[in-house]
Amino acid sequence: MSDVFDIFLLEAVLNGLLLGGLLALLSLGLNLIFGVIDVVWICYAELIMCGMYAVYYLHVQYHWPLFAAMPCAVAIVAALGAALHQFVIRPVLTAEPINQLLVTGGVLFFLQAAATLLFGIEFKNLGVTLPSITLGEMSFSASRLVAFCVALAGMVGMYLFLKRSYLGTAIRAISQDRAIMPLMGVSPSRVFVITSALGGALAGLASCLLVLQYDVHPAIGLSFGPITFLICVLGGLGNMVGGFIAAFLFAQFISVGGFFFQLEWGYVFSFIFFIAVMFWRPRGILGGK
Amino acid sequence: MLSLNKVSAGYGGFQALFEVSLEVKAGESVAVIGPNGAGKTTLLRVISKLIEATSGEIRMEGRALAELPAHEVIARGIAHVPENRRLFPRLTVEENLKMGAFEVSSRKFFSQRLEFVYGLFPRMKERRAQLAGTLSGGEQQMCAIGRALMSGPKLLLLDEPSAGLAPVVVQAIFGLVRRICEQGYTVLIVEQNIRQVLKVVGRAYLLETGRIKDSGPAAELLGSEHIRKAYLGI
Repeated sequence: MSDVFDIFLLEAVLNGLLLGGLLALLSLGLNLIFGVIDVVWICYAELIMCGMYAVYYLHVQYHWPLFAAMPCAVAIVAALGAALHQFVIRPVLTAEPINQLLVTGGVLFFLQAAATLLFGIEFKNLGVTLPSITLGEMSFSASRLVAFCVALAGMVGMYLFLKRSYLGTAIRAISQDRAIMPLMGVSPSRVFVITSALGGALAGLASCLLVLQYDVHPAIGLSFGPITFLICVLGGLGNMVGGFIAAFLFAQFISVGGFFFQLEWGYVFSFIFFIAVMFWRPRGILGGK
Repeated sequence: MLSLNKVSAGYGGFQALFEVSLEVKAGESVAVIGPNGAGKTTLLRVISKLIEATSGEIRMEGRALAELPAHEVIARGIAHVPENRRLFPRLTVEENLKMGAFEVSSRKFFSQRLEFVYGLFPRMKERRAQLAGTLSGGEQQMCAIGRALMSGPKLLLLDEPSAGLAPVVVQAIFGLVRRICEQGYTVLIVEQNIRQVLKVVGRAYLLETGRIKDSGPAAELLGSEHIRKAYLGI
């Protein structure tokens, strides 16, 4: 009896690890935007919804193979991110934070309503089912494993880009001293557009992974938008390492909590954990300043 | 190399510079001296286009800078070490130096210039993996000057390199400035520490309340009645 118990607990822990990778990718884009531009994209999950629709329509309607549809969806969402910055964020860049929140919140409702009108409210399924993988007595869904690996590769790629390249170094520098960037030969407004496109590309990558596991509908953003936001706040808003740690902690609460009780209880525990941490460290686990 | 012709500038309704004209020739080291609030920092900010001149003309090697956006000034060979050093505190020393070589034409010289800067400031090589925010004041000034040198500038603008440093460190920094001038760089330096800077540069301008009040060889200004009375307390 106790052996069986342990192996299912291990399965829950491993599933939590897989979920954590995906949540970490979700939080990375939002943290990048906040850390560099100092603006919160409330509509971040709705960009992901757009990417999911892009993959769905390219693959199901236009019969593109997934390996072509997915990069194209990433490019589309990257362009959306750049456009969001250029046309929505830029005019309010120096405005009060509340105005910036309201503006991106407005984009959230705009995208939801536009998706409802254009694509209808029905749940759309990509029709791709990846098999389950069994390991001893444990089973994992292959789509989760793929999502985990791709998310991890995406994060490593982003880390190397930010750490090694000139542009990546400038992206880190600009959040520390925006005013002197021109003395380095850097145009801050250009770096902001590029960063927004990168944040969009990360949202696009997440949408490719999510559309393998979930049906897409206009309100899908609500099922992971809030949790992404909570993870960023838990890790320390704008702190990418903090977001990474927070994502894995959160995922364990959901997965292991769900294992001992019911799945919904997993979420309850993770939110209780979130509230408790907020009392202990109001600026997040790694939030400084 | 650099010439300013009747340049005026200010912030909003406040005018900080009134028809300032000056010239820096290739290979020269020139100081702009004057009291706090005279407009010295504004002068450098106008040259690197962090603020727009309201009138007048700035030319670098005969070509006007007027149409250039701020981030393209460095490509003309002007590197600016800003007031208070302004390093990126959470980047390492080497990453700060890398930012100095951001400009596309500088990148292929990165390792070569890095060696040069490390040769000039061996302390920077020792501290290269350290976050710039953890350096001492003097080291930060070295790093800031090194960052500017990474772009391989023709003209180096230095804004109060001695500000906020301990007296011993001030001596060392002026020693460095002298060495940089001797390396053949053209330098325009702005300083409140008049006695020290006049020993290092060849020529100087005196800026008071936004206007050039006097100019001449450094030794001559050091001997001038007005400067001795007003600034050196002799």
